[in-house]
Amino acid sequence: MKFSESWLREWVNPAIDTEALSEQITMAGLEVDGVVPVAEEFTGVVVGEVVECGQHPDADKLRVTKINVGEEELIDIVCGAPNCRLGLKVAVAMVGAKLPGDFKIKKAKLRGQPSFGMLCSYTELGIDIESDGIIELPQDAPVGKDIREYLNLNDKIIDVDLTANRADCLGMVGLAREVAVLNRTTATEPTWEAVTATTSGKPSVNVTESSACPRYLARSVKGINVKAETPLWMQEKLRRSGIRSIDPIVDVTNYVLIEFGQPMHAFDEAKVTGDIQVRYGNGEEKLTLLDGNEITVANEALVIADDNGPLALAGIFGGEASGVTVETQDIILECAFFAPMAIRGKARQYGLHTDSSHRFERGVDPQIQHKVMDRATRLILDICGGEAGEIVEAVAEQELPTENTITLRRSRLDSRLGHHIGDADVVEILQLLGFTVEGKDNSWEVTTRTYRFDMAIEDDLIEEVARIYGYNNIPNTAPHACLVMSDHKEVNLPLRKVRQTLITRGFQEAITYSFVDPKLQQLVHPEQKVMELPNPISSEMSVMRLSMFTGLLTTVAYNQKRQQGRVRLFETGLRFVPDENEESGVRQQQMIGAVIAGTNMDEHWSMESKAVDFFDLKGDLEAIIGLTADASEFTFKACQHSALHPGQSAEILRNDRVIGYIGAIHPSLEKPFGLNGKTIVFEVELDALLQQKIPFAQTVSKFPANRRDIAVVVDDSISAGNIVDAIQKVGDNQLVGVNLFDVYQGKGIEEGKKSLAIALTLQDTTRTLEEKEITEQVESIVSVLKKEFNASLRD
Amino acid sequence: MQQLTDIVSKALKVIEQTNDLKALDDIRVDFLGKKGQITAMMRMMATLSPEEKPAFGQAVNDAKQSVQRALNTKIENIKAELLAEKLKTESIDVTLPGRSLELGGLHPVTRTIERIETFFGELGFSVKQGPEIEDDFHNFDALNIPAHHPARADHDTFYFNPKLVLRTQTSGVQIRTMEQEQPPLRIISPGRVYRNDYDQTHTPMFHQVEGLMVDEHATFAELKGILHDFLRNFFEDDLEVRFRPSYFPFTEPSAEVDVKGKNGWLEVLGCGMVHPNVLRSVGIDPEKYSGFAFGMGVERLTMLRYGVNDLRSFFENDLRFLKQFK
Repeated sequence: MKFSESWLREWVNPAIDTEALSEQITMAGLEVDGVVPVAEEFTGVVVGEVVECGQHPDADKLRVTKINVGEEELIDIVCGAPNCRLGLKVAVAMVGAKLPGDFKIKKAKLRGQPSFGMLCSYTELGIDIESDGIIELPQDAPVGKDIREYLNLNDKIIDVDLTANRADCLGMVGLAREVAVLNRTTATEPTWEAVTATTSGKPSVNVTESSACPRYLARSVKGINVKAETPLWMQEKLRRSGIRSIDPIVDVTNYVLIEFGQPMHAFDEAKVTGDIQVRYGNGEEKLTLLDGNEITVANEALVIADDNGPLALAGIFGGEASGVTVETQDIILECAFFAPMAIRGKARQYGLHTDSSHRFERGVDPQIQHKVMDRATRLILDICGGEAGEIVEAVAEQELPTENTITLRRSRLDSRLGHHIGDADVVEILQLLGFTVEGKDNSWEVTTRTYRFDMAIEDDLIEEVARIYGYNNIPNTAPHACLVMSDHKEVNLPLRKVRQTLITRGFQEAITYSFVDPKLQQLVHPEQKVMELPNPISSEMSVMRLSMFTGLLTTVAYNQKRQQGRVRLFETGLRFVPDENEESGVRQQQMIGAVIAGTNMDEHWSMESKAVDFFDLKGDLEAIIGLTADASEFTFKACQHSALHPGQSAEILRNDRVIGYIGAIHPSLEKPFGLNGKTIVFEVELDALLQQKIPFAQTVSKFPANRRDIAVVVDDSISAGNIVDAIQKVGDNQLVGVNLFDVYQGKGIEEGKKSLAIALTLQDTTRTLEEKEITEQVESIVSVLKKEFNASLRD
Repeated sequence: MQQLTDIVSKALKVIEQTNDLKALDDIRVDFLGKKGQITAMMRMMATLSPEEKPAFGQAVNDAKQSVQRALNTKIENIKAELLAEKLKTESIDVTLPGRSLELGGLHPVTRTIERIETFFGELGFSVKQGPEIEDDFHNFDALNIPAHHPARADHDTFYFNPKLVLRTQTSGVQIRTMEQEQPPLRIISPGRVYRNDYDQTHTPMFHQVEGLMVDEHATFAELKGILHDFLRNFFEDDLEVRFRPSYFPFTEPSAEVDVKGKNGWLEVLGCGMVHPNVLRSVGIDPEKYSGFAFGMGVERLTMLRYGVNDLRSFFENDLRFLKQFK
């Protein structure tokens, strides 16, 4: 909420400057977002009157004027503003004046005519009001008066960011009360002459929904002049509260809105037929609002209606048909208390958010309506004339919020805060807030006020006491707790270790958005169901990711466009797979994904760098798998995946369950993703990966190990992995190592075949193996390979 | 005897003049070998009288040893020279870079989260995770933010449908933990959160770390103490810290915490005592237990700590940015 500091100071004027005031209310929970002066610094500008105004002889658009500034001699000024005319009261920058932007006014000649000053626009004075020409001051503006003083420009606009619980401060009355409390003083309300009814006409009011509208006040004001000018002081106060002047009726209702935080509405009485009713919509009625939009009034929307249908959305927005226009002569003023629960969410439903709905949703003082009705009527009568009728009130007292009486226990106050605030301080704070305090044994009975509708439970009072006492006056202490050791399971491989391993291998961690471009993701996961955001930031961020791939590939392309030749990235996080059987219909699963592209290593004087391939990334993945100390549980199986190269992709299995994929990106995806060259990715379910084997130590053999190398020739289509598995199955526990150390194709090997060189290590823990045993082992392995894979020993 | 002396001096002379290991070995054989000149002298012993024998024997042994010594010295010298020459040819440019893979690094956001986990882990806070697509009960209702509560409007929520959202805060994990575990509780929960807002100072996704402690006597003063210690540790600086009253429907009293930076106060986290309605909603008696909770913006803390000035750079993942964090 924006407000004028000088307006606040009319209510309560502590002897502190703007900065201290801002700091003070900020530290009370009304956070000041900004302070701006209402006008920039300038000097030498006074009120003047145009007493002569003639056409410039040599320039169509200029006028030659004589201005009365209350001195003996009139001042010659040449002015180019189209609204410059005889009799106008203007803001005159005299010779010697300093205007914003370090602009000094000097004697000048404009197209041959002397000019001893300047008639100013708002912009030229650094005042944030848009207008086409020079300032037009009211006719009663005193000639010669300093304009800063006349327009009260030594004022500041303070913008407070109010939290949802402090709607009581959405009016000067509440802000003033708060400032008064903080300065241990009291606020003074404005006074005015109470209105007495001078006309007998009165509207009839029929409230059928008294729990939604416990109090409804209406009154007629007849014979008003809507064309009257809103006084400048009121226009300025409104402007400094961020509200534009419209017409005197709207201005007055806005004024009391800011002054007392109470929204009001005015109907053109001539356009109201029969009773004013407060009821719910019937789901079919149409209503054209003041902004020109037509809505269908929902069943649960509270309306103000007459015999012909809805006139306004109660507490939210007026209707166009019953609105006040320049033709209006008689009005009905409405001042009501609508229950927050009846208003909450309704404005939003129609895409609306008004000053009125903002307040009613949060709450207004249920006891203030009579005062505000009187205040508004008085202002209208003063500005527009007319005759006020009696106030008609429909009230359901039992539905109105009342002052709450809450018990505040000494013990609870102490135990919640962990700090003892003395009795006298507690009582003083509560009383300053306007509450009635009655001391009991070790507690207080506190009766709150209707304007502090946020006070409902004991903790509300504890917060108030702490807030006014000052949070920073409460000491910092160390928490007390029982030292209970939590459970730690060693089988859980820490994610940190996995991350660290990848980092050691040159990977940089990335964090990409959880929502991705559906067009790109569709290329990776065609025809897969996806969680779609109905209101995304943009279409490129509109569906939840089904894997890490889309984000990682986009990041690779982003970096390749920035001359990064070698990219190694990983990311951990959730993927979101629609699944009816999961909570909320979506499987949210922790994944780890990685990608490499470009060269396998940076250019180096003594190492050869080449484009990355499948086995570079597979090696990184195997390093992570190695952390589980259980690599034998993992297998790789060639597979087809829509995003991956059909001949260079594999499922990753742990104990025969697929837990992820690894492969080269399908060449057809390179262009749409903007990838430059071969890109390899993997993704693995973290839960499946992060299980490690707890070591159980084996005795180390004291006897020599024997290595025997074999080279077998098999069909190219046979996986090396299957051969190694088969060897391991044959070898009994004397076979302690199987290492595939060469793969050869080419000269000497038949086309369509490959030669695999495998080192077998044999060892026993109890004795030295004899040559005969070793040979038997190797032979049995070879014979199995022959049988299962049609393998032949290479000559 | 003279003959022996001559042999020795001849041997020493040849040794002196020889600079080749092979030739030296020949010299050794020539003088000290089975058929060598000095060995041959030994055989002359038979021709000597018993009185002469000891002195002669002694002389031959001395001669042997002196030749052997000379040989050894010479061989050692040559070997040392050869080694020195060999080493000379093997010298390298030690300033050339080694064969290593450049290290990668953690994302700065993760780095901050890991530090926070360490600080609170030492105080017995365990790390909890929760879903990011969250039902409105855990994201709002259970946190004392019923439907149409004005505070909901402040959240710029991404809705999938009226009952399902992208979580706007990590506070839902508080609820999920309290639903399953009984006090005393000490948890922190780092993770991604989402708000429908994108400009220079907002990204639609960012990270929070939620903290919760529920115990029989948790107090506001303790909340202040723990956060004060945390901020001092995090920034490794005795920064000025202030607690400013604020409003969160799920805590009371509530506060925002500012630290004083170069350009004034900066808000870094929100906190408060767990609202009794929240405790009640998960079946914890607010008369017996009390709790405090806090939530901090990880990106904001990271920016302050490491001098990052554009929030959006965290999610662009530009390697030139990321590589600064090893």
